[in-house]
This record gives sequence, structure tokens and C-alpha cells, in this order.
Amino acid sequence: MTAHGATARRRVRNRALWFWTFVGPFAVGLGLFTYVPLLWSVALSFFDAHNTVTPTDFVGLDNYTALLSDDAFVDSLRTFLVFTAFIVPTTYVFSLALALMVNRVRRARAFFRSVFFLPAACSYVVAALIWKMSLFNGVRFGLANTVLGWFGGDPVAWLSGTDPPWYWLVIVTVRLWLQTGFYMILFLAGLQRIDPGLYEAAAVDGARPGRQVLWHITLPQLRATSVAVVLLLVINAFQAFDEFYNLLSDTRGYPPYARPPLVYLYYLALGQGQNLGLGSAGAVILSLVVVVVTVGQARWFGLGGREE
Amino acid sequence: MTISRRTLLAAGPAAGLLTACGSDTGRGDDAGAGPRLSQWYHQYGETGTEQAVERYAAAYPKAKVGVQWRPGNYDQQTAAALLTDSGPDVFEGSPTLDQIQGGQVVDLTDLLDGVRDDFHPAALTPKTYAGRIWGIPQVIDTQLLYYRKSLLSDAGVRPPDTLDALVDAAARLTTKKVKGLFLGNDGGAGVLGGTPLYAAGLRLVTDDGKVGFDDPAAARTLARLHRLYAGGSLLLGAPADWSDPSAFLQGLTAMQWSGLWALPRVQQELGDDFGVLPFPGDGPGAAAVPVGAYGAAVSARSRHRDTAKDFVKWLWIERTDYQEDFALSYGFHIPARISLAKKADRLKTGAAADAVRLTTEHGYAQPLLWTPADQTAYQDALSRIIRGGANPESELRAVVRKVSAELDRVRRKS
Repeated sequence: MTAHGATARRRVRNRALWFWTFVGPFAVGLGLFTYVPLLWSVALSFFDAHNTVTPTDFVGLDNYTALLSDDAFVDSLRTFLVFTAFIVPTTYVFSLALALMVNRVRRARAFFRSVFFLPAACSYVVAALIWKMSLFNGVRFGLANTVLGWFGGDPVAWLSGTDPPWYWLVIVTVRLWLQTGFYMILFLAGLQRIDPGLYEAAAVDGARPGRQVLWHITLPQLRATSVAVVLLLVINAFQAFDEFYNLLSDTRGYPPYARPPLVYLYYLALGQGQNLGLGSAGAVILSLVVVVVTVGQARWFGLGGREE
Repeated sequence: MTISRRTLLAAGPAAGLLTACGSDTGRGDDAGAGPRLSQWYHQYGETGTEQAVERYAAAYPKAKVGVQWRPGNYDQQTAAALLTDSGPDVFEGSPTLDQIQGGQVVDLTDLLDGVRDDFHPAALTPKTYAGRIWGIPQVIDTQLLYYRKSLLSDAGVRPPDTLDALVDAAARLTTKKVKGLFLGNDGGAGVLGGTPLYAAGLRLVTDDGKVGFDDPAAARTLARLHRLYAGGSLLLGAPADWSDPSAFLQGLTAMQWSGLWALPRVQQELGDDFGVLPFPGDGPGAAAVPVGAYGAAVSARSRHRDTAKDFVKWLWIERTDYQEDFALSYGFHIPARISLAKKADRLKTGAAADAVRLTTEHGYAQPLLWTPADQTAYQDALSRIIRGGANPESELRAVVRKVSAELDRVRRKS
């Protein structure tokens, strides 16, 4: 054995030591705070776990059948679909339009970029409360009702009425305001990666600036960005909780409309109900839905494939 | 091994991660005389309450009691904390049926020996399960209908004494600027709960543990609530909800359903220009006044159960001076002890005296067997009936089915 070999071994051992020194704490944290609760929750979903996390009453698939035959839960999935149908296209169109405009601005581009991005820094809770209590409250001095009053309209109870369902306007606009700026930044980054040579070539070939260029050059070039944006939007819509909860809940609970899955499960499992078995079953079902939707969407759009 | 700068850097975040996991349980760690108890309260809105309960806790001679004042979703917090060892020893809570059946709270029946009759039955009944008592009522809170005398007399409307009269009064009091009635921003489904059923002479759960509103009268009464909503006489979307008298005080509504706690503020701003009413009766039913009360409960996971029980007895049974102070000096509640309620001067005149009388005559408390799952099913249906104009009969049929199943579940557990 030579001294040289010993040094090499020590170096390898050292490297392993440093690897675990840096990665270890996070791996432990991830395991302890993510994977253990995850598996625990899956286990809980097979038990009658009222007010306990160490249940003994095994019930098999009862929680799953109860949940899937629960109208309120199925309805919450429908709410999610409606919400997604509203929020994904509107955010996509608005953020793309903003990005195209900001990209063309010659002066003060940084200023506009910052101004439009600023709402992304605002908390969902704060924005929801402002929307609820000052912009869209139901009394005559709310901002929206004041504007209506100028045109002789009667005050509308935006969040309290169900016919017509004005509450969707409030829910969608608050998220739109909050997230459009962020997705605009993603689109801007995408736009700036497009080779200017393509536009020059198109102009030489006689393409008219405007719709033709947008349709045949800009949008195809933004394909990868678009896929990522839509994917993020759908997942975010699935996770919607903050603005729904803060706009519509009161001390006595939550109304039976516009109740997305997370809000419903929150009341079921973590409210006074404390039915942790049923709640866990709901969480498992939701995770499966998210996985299926995301994988399906990624396959459909060919995410992860090479950009053309 | 010598500690190099790099080792230190690597160890730092790990230690930080570990210490961040600890939490303040209110028990503290310094060893003093006697055991240390942790007592939880939800956040009362009135100034001075927090200082008062800290003063009471400090005066307890046999243990050091640390008070935790918990803002936010208090019931969720206690429910979660009772699952762990770091929860409270003593806490104010309902306690719920699941907590009692799950063995999470301690039987307190023997603390009431000799004074049981002095507690208001409406406050004590929902704390009683299987003949044992699981929480000592602290105060009684009620909700009432506040009305503005001047607005009613201007419109030539008498204070309504039936549900039909209430619907009619709300319509006649509604003008372009002022609405007739405020039952909360959701149109009343949340705050009214079972009250209209009691006003129709029905029950949520009968004494022998059956569904108490499997009756055509229930649908008729709830349909009248939809008339209130559809007629446009309800205030909706006010910046402050029913529990706050602001909408009433700002003249947005002529009548408002709110809590007894709002009475001092209403009195201060409106003087004599207001009165209080119960929820008016419907058909054969009498008026109804919902009564609610947090009780002091002891966690079964407490390491000092006996001391915790002794503390509860000391504070909520022996120290009547503190009980009176707690009920009347800050917010405005009726003492849970009948002897104290009779003595209190502030409850002897004006609207306060009316409130006490109405509570005694018409008070009802939500039964213990009425679980959160029942509440959700019923409240969803009520909301759909009031706001969506859904058919009350079919909605109630579905609720009756769900509640029956839930009652079976809790019976099986007992």
C-alpha cells in the first residue's frame, strides 16, 4: 500500500462526509416533515380517525367510498373545474398581452415591468380582504357599488348572492390581479429569447407585422414557456385556498357554493370535525387527481421534449 | 478533531433547524414552587379581559398558571393541540362530543357537588354527556334581535312578535338607503342555525337522541326565511358581519341580529333608541334565544390533572368575585351562576334586563349530540334554501338522512 493510495481514499471519504454534512440536514428535514407525514396520512385514510392520529379502528376503503359518494366533495371538484376554466385562460391572455406590450415599450421598460409585477409581492390574504371589505362589499359605499350608483344601478351584494353568481367575478379578479404580473415576467423572458433574426427573415419574406407575425413566429417560439405557464396555472388553481377562504368564510363556516376541494377538506379534517381519516382520504384522492392531470398535460404538450 | 470554520458553518443550520421545532406551550421551564399549568383562552374582543384572566391565574396559590391568549381559529387550535402532549392543561372549550367520547377531556362532575343547581340549565346541559359533566360553564352568551325604535315608529311598524310579522316589518322598513334587517352577510344561514327550528316548536336533536326536525313545519318556517332574502329586505355584504353592531349603528339597517356582547356599544351610541327581541315564534312555536357558553375543561393529557381540576374548581366555582368580574366588567355576558346573575346591578334595568328575561324564558342551547358534521350539512341546506331558493322539503330530507346516520355513529361509540 502506498501513501498515495491512502490519500486518495481519505479524499473520497472526506467528500462523502462533506456531502452528508450539507445534504444530510435537508434530507432529514424532507423525510421528517414531508415523507413521514405523507405516508402517515395515507395510512390514516384507512382508519376511523376522529380526533386522533394514532387510530386503531381499521375501516378499509370506507373513507374513500364515503367521500366519493359525498355530494359536497364531488361538488368541490366541480368548483375547481369552473375556477380553472375561468382563471387559466384569463391569466394566460392578460399576462401574454402585458408581456407583448411591455416588450415593445421603448422608454421606461423597467418601470412598467416593476409596476405590473408589484401585485405579485402582495399577500393573498391581504388582497382578498381588501377585495371583500372595500372594493366589493355589498353596501352602497363600496367602490364597485359606488361606480354602479353613478349609472343609477342598485347596490349588488357581490359575495352574498348566488343568482347571478357575482362571487366568481370577485374571486377571479383578485387572483388575476395578484398573479398576472408574475406570469408576465415568464413570458417576457420567453420573448427575449426569441432570435430577432426570425422577425427580420419574416419581414423580408413579406409577413405583415401584427397578427401574422404573432401567430406564426411569436406564439410558436413561446411554446415551451406557454406549456410551463399553463401547467403552473392549473396546479396553482388546484391549490387555491387563501382567497376563497378569506373572501367567503365567516366565523360560522363556509357557504355551500364556490367551495374548492382544499377548503372543503380543511373544514372536514381540521375544523371542529377533526375527521382525520376522511380528510386524509380526500388528500390522497386530490393528489392522485393532480398527478394524473399534470402527467397527462405534460404528455399532451410534450413537456420535457426538446424545443423545436 | 478541531472545529474548523466549515464544520461550524455546517452545524449552525442544523442546530437552528432543531431549535425551531420547539414551541412555547405556556408552561415555561424554570422550576418554581408547585407544578406549572397552562391555560388557554380564545381571544376576547373586549379590552381588559386578557389582563383580568392573567390576574386571576396569578392569584392561584397552589400552582403557577401560565395563560395563553390565542387569536384565530381557536376551536381548531385546541382540537389539534389536544392530540399532542404540548397542549393546554386547562382550556375553555365546548368541549365537543368527539372530544368527550375520545377521552380527551376529564370528567369534572364532582367539582359541582352542592352548586350544580346554581348553574343555568341551558348552560350546563350541553356540557353533560352520559350523566357526567365535562366542562364548567364560564359565562352565558346570547344573541338577540336589536331594533331601532325611532325607525320602526316612523314607518308605523310594531316590534315583530311572529316570524310573518318580522318578514313584513323588514320589507316595510327597507328604503333606498336603509335595509330592514341584517342577519349576517350570508343571509342568516350561519348565525341563525337551529334558531328558526326552535321558534317553530321543533328541536335539532330530541332528548332521546333522534332527529328533531323531521316535520313539515320545519320546511314551512325555513321557506319564510327565503322570503326575507328574495324580498330584498336583507342587508348583505356589510363590511362588518353580524357579530359587530357597526351596520346597525351606521344606519345601514333598521334591525340586526347580534350578540349580547354588542349591547354596551349600542347603548352608548343610541341611548334609549333601541330595543331587543327574541327570534319570533312561528306557528305553534314560542320565541327562541340561542344560548352558548364556553366551559372550562381539563385535558386528559395533562401531566397535572388533579392540580388542573383543583384550579378549575377554585376559579370557576369558588371565586365568585372573579366570575362576576369576568362576565360583567369587560364585555357583556350573563354570569353562568344564577345567584350571580340575580345580584348584578348592570343586568337589572333597560335592554339588559330584557335580555336576561328573554334568555331565561326562551333560551335554548345547541345539543351536544349536534356534531360539526350535522352542522355543516344543515347549514349548507339552510344556505341553499335562503339564498338559492332551493326546495326546503327535499333539502331537509337529505339533512335528516345525514343527521340520522351521524347520530347512529355517535351512539355506536358510546
